[in-house]
Amino acid sequence: MANQMASAFVDDAAAEARFLARRRYLAWRRRVLPVVAVLVFLLLWWQAVERFDIKPFIAPSPQAVAAVLYERFGILMDNLLPTAIEAVLGFLLGNFAAISLATVFVYRKTMEEALFPVAVMVNTIPVVAKAPILVLLLGNGMEPKIAIAAIICFFPTLVNMTRGLRDVRNEQLELMRVLSATPREVFFKIRVPNALPYLFSALKIAASTSVIGAIIGEWIGSTRGIGALILQSTFNFDSPLLYATIVVGSTFSALFFGVISLAERRMLRWHVAHSG
Amino acid sequence: MPDISGPDVLGPDTAVSCERVTVRFTTERGTITALDKVDLSIPRGSFLTLLGPSGCGKSTLLRVMADLIEPSAGRISVLGGPPATARLNREIGFVFQDPALLPWRTVLENATLPLEVGGGKALPGARSPQELLALVGLGGWEGAYPHELSGGMRQRVAIARALVSGPRLLLMDEPFGALDEITRDRLNEELLQVWESTGTTIVFVTHSIYEAAFLGQEVLLLAARPGRVRELVPVDLPMPRRLAQRETPEFTALAGHLRRVLETC
Repeated sequence: MANQMASAFVDDAAAEARFLARRRYLAWRRRVLPVVAVLVFLLLWWQAVERFDIKPFIAPSPQAVAAVLYERFGILMDNLLPTAIEAVLGFLLGNFAAISLATVFVYRKTMEEALFPVAVMVNTIPVVAKAPILVLLLGNGMEPKIAIAAIICFFPTLVNMTRGLRDVRNEQLELMRVLSATPREVFFKIRVPNALPYLFSALKIAASTSVIGAIIGEWIGSTRGIGALILQSTFNFDSPLLYATIVVGSTFSALFFGVISLAERRMLRWHVAHSG
Repeated sequence: MPDISGPDVLGPDTAVSCERVTVRFTTERGTITALDKVDLSIPRGSFLTLLGPSGCGKSTLLRVMADLIEPSAGRISVLGGPPATARLNREIGFVFQDPALLPWRTVLENATLPLEVGGGKALPGARSPQELLALVGLGGWEGAYPHELSGGMRQRVAIARALVSGPRLLLMDEPFGALDEITRDRLNEELLQVWESTGTTIVFVTHSIYEAAFLGQEVLLLAARPGRVRELVPVDLPMPRRLAQRETPEFTALAGHLRRVLETC
């Protein structure tokens, strides 16, 4: 019965070798092309600064930025540490709150009808307006920065997670009913796995926005952190330091994004595989 | 709840009995009678096919048997009790038109799902998922994910999953409706083998005349608007059936009869 399926595979070493070589080539292309683009951009930037004789305080050359990155690495890292802590804690807090509220929404429609419009309203307030309010409320320490990072993560995760928990195929729910599954089993075996791809889309957005939230929080009132260093170097016309600070902040954001993407690849093998 | 289900007055040989089962749905367009006073008795171990035009309520009738829909009036008894009892005892297997596999689970994990749910209740009739996957021709595919399978293979997994709890009643809602004809023919033959080897009662909904006549010991023809029983047609073709039997004059005559009745439904 149906054993002809296995025999559909035949041995063709040459074809398989060609297939693998092509795949390796495409993988390398994906890695090399962005590097080439960045190098070309740096070259153009360096040439522009040289040729048009742009003053260092307006725009530094790439070498000047690199020199600052090397010489003042200690200061840059000292300022990255608080920003990183604020971003990561805000990320955890904001997403945890959003996932919890999404779960409540799915089981208590009344709560969604009451609270979702409020969440939309809060989300329309610009971060730069929310930040001073939180600094007034929470003081000048890390707390308001964590709160801003958390709030900035909250909304996308709330929307995506609610949708992921709710958009379950009807047949799957009927199946669970025929199997006399308990509500807890429906939640953990159907709704949660169904929501994971939606959740990871939101987490990847949150990974970079939480860093932005922490930096904006530091602008309002802080003496340490990437945000504070950006302001200081701007006021001092120290543009090489300003650029170096931005490079450090962006690199951290990208790493954070990379960690979440890695977690997604590991946890959603089934999904990554068929979404390409 | 009104008097919907009663004791099994028809004896232990009856898998499903319906007495004047009526189902109405209320929508913004008004109230629709999906099923109107359906009387039906399905013997244990038999294979019944439900055939009718769309809107005749054949899927609704199946869902009433599975305790997915409550009848608005009438009495239904499944395996000697109310449908809810049969469902809670895990004696019902259901195969949907969409295989409804969980994409994050492998073939084996999908087939094992019925053993993991139900609040940890013991399943005395439970069967080995590996053996059932082998029975439906999926031995060696246990580790594959649903997206790696063809439509026919997915529906095979759904059939294996429906059999894992050892159900005494297997309800199938147009399970092969979305498949190509060659795959459908093959699965039809295989389903009859599964039926013979498990001895379970099967109720099979289809909109294909040939499928209904080939699979069923009896074909229940339903008429639409409102959904009601039109005719119960016995199929006097010997078992085990093979696809070649569809070319016999007996089969052609039967299919012709079904078609003529369907035209008036």
